[in-house]
Amino acid sequence: MKTQAAASYPLGVSTRGRMLTRVGYAALYTLLIILAVTQLLPLLWLMLFSLKNNQEVFNLPPFALPSQPHWENYMNVWTSGNIGRYFFNSVLVTVISVVLTVLLASFVTFAITRMRWKGSQLVLGLFMVGLMIPVHSTLIPLFSMFLKLHLTDTPLSIILSYVAFNLPTTMMILLGFYYALPREVEEASVMDGCSVNRMFFRIVLPMTTPVMATTSIINMIYNWNEFIFVNTFISSDENKTLTVGVQNFIGQYTTDWGAIGATLMISILPILLVFLIMSDRIVEGIAAGSVKG
Amino acid sequence: MEKVMSNKIVIALYVLPSLLLLLTVIYVPIVLTAYYGLNQWNGIGSMTFVGLDNYQRLFTDTAFWQSAWHSLLLALFSGVSLIGYLVIAMILSGKIKGANLLRKIYLIPMLLSSVAIAQLWLKIYHPTNGVLNSLLTSVGVHNPPEWLANPSLVLPALFIPIIWQYAGFYILIYYAGLKNIPETLVEAARIDGASAWQIATRIKLPLLREVINVTIILSIVGSLKYFDLIYVMTDGGPNGASEVMASYMYHQAFRSFDFGYGSATAFALLFICLVATWLIRKATASSDTIQYS
Repeated sequence: MKTQAAASYPLGVSTRGRMLTRVGYAALYTLLIILAVTQLLPLLWLMLFSLKNNQEVFNLPPFALPSQPHWENYMNVWTSGNIGRYFFNSVLVTVISVVLTVLLASFVTFAITRMRWKGSQLVLGLFMVGLMIPVHSTLIPLFSMFLKLHLTDTPLSIILSYVAFNLPTTMMILLGFYYALPREVEEASVMDGCSVNRMFFRIVLPMTTPVMATTSIINMIYNWNEFIFVNTFISSDENKTLTVGVQNFIGQYTTDWGAIGATLMISILPILLVFLIMSDRIVEGIAAGSVKG
Repeated sequence: MEKVMSNKIVIALYVLPSLLLLLTVIYVPIVLTAYYGLNQWNGIGSMTFVGLDNYQRLFTDTAFWQSAWHSLLLALFSGVSLIGYLVIAMILSGKIKGANLLRKIYLIPMLLSSVAIAQLWLKIYHPTNGVLNSLLTSVGVHNPPEWLANPSLVLPALFIPIIWQYAGFYILIYYAGLKNIPETLVEAARIDGASAWQIATRIKLPLLREVINVTIILSIVGSLKYFDLIYVMTDGGPNGASEVMASYMYHQAFRSFDFGYGSATAFALLFICLVATWLIRKATASSDTIQYS
């Protein structure tokens, strides 16, 4: 550890120092690269076996390329199961929840940070305590409430749960941004005879687009991957999202490794694509969302 | 100005929808969980009030305590691994080329759904065709173990993918925290002749204290309520050897249809998480707050 830390601050004046620094750097890079490889290798293996047939999976070494890529694995799982349906449900539930969460959180955050009213701190406190509450401790009553309201097995049950549980995190990311907005903007718009609604929709909301984009992506990743609510509330295949659908689909294909690999690849590709395009925003958002807690 | 920004109707319109959602989806269910725990109930029929019976049963239920022990082991394991993440983030935040790309690579597993990760690792651990045992056989191990079917190996085998999933997340948080430390402070210390080790331990660590506290809470509470990967990979098996508190609660309620007892377990889970948060906060509370900006 000592040499590692030393190496990150090259002060090397003497030749011996420089040698040490160079060795230190090599060691550091090796460590960092080994870690990166460990993070990627399982996924590389998944990609490889999604393109193999069973014979190749079982007889070739794990990281060998298939003799020819079996793209038909992807075609088969897409056409034989409900993957398309699950995919559509995931998109639907994710988009609606993200839009609702970010809009509602923006309303509340604006009211708490910019408007004057008694109880604003109490309300903020209620939302922030919500951050610490495990989903599991609400699951049984939520299930029986939804059952009574005939909401089980409907997309609405999961959308409501996603929005409620994502509001606190989303607000936490928005708060810092809203506190930092200059007062002059409000003063000027009030002088011009602007109503609060107009100020919010025409001036404040557009100003917060960058942070809204960040929270949307964080919300998207969470909703796309969510498991326990869908697994508990949704019973029919028709309403399942990709995460839970994939789980059941794989249950029927315990032996066809190529099909399993292709199914898993289909379920993770959208997130990987979004990450490739927007990785900076995602990284910033995750960092902002957790450090401020 | 004052008048516009304290418009009661607007405040109500902006706050009430989210607040109602928060109360009905998170706070009301928590109260109901505590109440259901006082009843004998199969989820559909009528409830019979049994007082503290379920909670008493919880105290003498060895299966529950075993699951609590497993959750605690996971919490300890993740807590200790934070040290490693901190070291890696320190290295990464030094003058390392490609640090940006590396931290993004580390983050990838965290973006994927637990189901995809669980299914992938199920295949990695597959006794005959999994990549792990294939590699072990190719280096001459004759009878590689059945990782997930062996009661004494199953917990460590499950902890590894969990660590794999979250490593990038914590490295990112530490990295962001380290990048927030003003360069001038480090520079000043260096001019005063502080060694890299001294800079890391005397300047960076104390300034990172708040961030470290947050990660300790996140990782320990996150472990105590951990569910997804274990549920999909082993479902608590073999024979309860990998059961954790959340999966135990889920089995009691949604498989044994013992909603009263399941609720008591869920309430215990919430209680343990809140107590853990409180204890960690108390243990890490500092009398002197450090300001550097």
